[in-house]
Amino acid sequence: MYHRFWMLAALALLCASTFSHAQQQELAVQEIAPGVFVHEGVTALMTRENSGGIANIGFIVGDSAVAVIDTGGSVHEGRQLLAAIRSRTDKLIRYVINTHVHPDHLFGNAAFAVGGITFVGHKNLPRALVTHGQFYIDAFRRIMGEQLIDEVRLIPPTLLVEETLRLDLGARPLSLRAWPAAHSDNDLTILDEQTGTLFAGDLVFLTHVPVLDGNLRGFLSAIDKLSALPAKRVVPGHGVVSEWPAALADERRYFETLASDVRGLVARGEPISAAASKAAASERSRWALFDDYNARNATAAFSQIEWE
Amino acid sequence: MLVGHPLRQFGIAGLLSGLIAVCPVPAASTDGDDLWPGLVQDIFGNRSMNDGSDVITIEMPSRAEDAAIVPVTLRTKLAPTDSRRVLTITLVVDQNPAPMAAKFEIGPDAHVSEISTRVRVNNYTDVHAVAELSDGKLYMTKTFVKASGGCSAPAAKNADEAKNRLGQMKLRQFARSDQGSADRSRDAQIMIGHPNNSGLQMDQVTQLYIPAFFINELRLWQDDSPVLTMEGGISISEDPNIRFTYVSNGAKHFRAVAKDTAGHVFQNEWKIDNSGI
Repeated sequence: MYHRFWMLAALALLCASTFSHAQQQELAVQEIAPGVFVHEGVTALMTRENSGGIANIGFIVGDSAVAVIDTGGSVHEGRQLLAAIRSRTDKLIRYVINTHVHPDHLFGNAAFAVGGITFVGHKNLPRALVTHGQFYIDAFRRIMGEQLIDEVRLIPPTLLVEETLRLDLGARPLSLRAWPAAHSDNDLTILDEQTGTLFAGDLVFLTHVPVLDGNLRGFLSAIDKLSALPAKRVVPGHGVVSEWPAALADERRYFETLASDVRGLVARGEPISAAASKAAASERSRWALFDDYNARNATAAFSQIEWE
Repeated sequence: MLVGHPLRQFGIAGLLSGLIAVCPVPAASTDGDDLWPGLVQDIFGNRSMNDGSDVITIEMPSRAEDAAIVPVTLRTKLAPTDSRRVLTITLVVDQNPAPMAAKFEIGPDAHVSEISTRVRVNNYTDVHAVAELSDGKLYMTKTFVKASGGCSAPAAKNADEAKNRLGQMKLRQFARSDQGSADRSRDAQIMIGHPNNSGLQMDQVTQLYIPAFFINELRLWQDDSPVLTMEGGISISEDPNIRFTYVSNGAKHFRAVAKDTAGHVFQNEWKIDNSGI
């Protein structure tokens, strides 16, 4: 059905425009392992200009079906991902797996909401969509404009992962795992067992400063447990596809520094406002977007550590 | 009405519902509407506002880094020789769905000179602090806060933990390094575990608003002398947290009682650390 739709869409485009224009509608993806395709997002904040395309998103093709892993930061990007899938396979898209609630990962969902596709997420994802979703839409309408945001739909998953879940794409088992609060309180990872490729969502950051929107201790504990997963490479939520588990080293150092600095501030009786400028300051030169997120990570970390 | 039944039990319920009508939920306006005149009418009964720059300061980061936890510090500036006293300080986040964040009432003998707390900030907004002095007049000062960028939302990061912590209370007492030991002003911080749910989020499946559930009253005493009372709203961050500077009356105990919109009463008592901290 999708295939037919996209054939028609492509034909329409061919009639109306040039072939190169039609090609532009397709998201650039790279086959990083057999049957595993990844689009690498730009390391930036979501803007109108980049259509919210800042997260790594991708898809895995099995013998009988396809699973999409995250849909990007706008329906526009989601449609481009769909076009990229359709130019490589006409197999059924059976699943859209959302790694967590953040808009750069699931604002593209509506591109896949044409019936027949099962949306998969952490058991807490429906709740997080309720408590955060409308705020994201309002905030990003201000930032990205109505044209990109008005078509965004919050689509809650219907297949929920309590702890672990195996999906099969036809001789291609995927192992899904729902994590306790870490980056968010609804993080889900996907391991393609055949190639040892781990889609870590935002449990792994490279280059882009890590973001804490869940629980600091949970994040550090997740890093430990993640490192034991039998993967060869990781598709991080942000940053380049990397060797596993070496890819965790920078992020671990960042969070250990943040935790230790914040514990020191709390112990010395400093106020939360001091955390923004002081905590993890030594990490500043090592990351992109540090000034956009570190103060916020430090504030969140402080509000958690002071309860210890 | 958008907000559920619990709000009606709240002392300023009428106020809140009036304010929600002023500022549609949940999409706050972005075009810099000046909501303040309407808020003065609704919250302060249109009493005249005097320039408060010599009376009170308000300190916030220029950008709400974390929309759910934006630190705010209120400081009184009255000279020790001033015969007037601060009775109350009201904190208003203009563009929030329920703008009146908190009203602090200061104990007559506690000489509270500084109050820090954390608020949610939904949007680009003015934040006003209004002090009522013993001369019967209102004094206003304000600051401006930019909304957060990125995926920061004014909601719980970890909804399960927020529930698990319900009703836990913690008191911290701090040394004041800038004061001699003879000085009896102290810093203390009270923390209450509570999700402080706004009740303004609609469940997309049921199309019902999640009921508001928040701390609406907090009272603090040193022995039997009131130090600080907070009438709170949904703009106060989850796990309400107030740090304040007060003058010790030599009391041995600190006592806190908090109430929420579901009728829970949380209370605790701590020994005051008089070790010249």
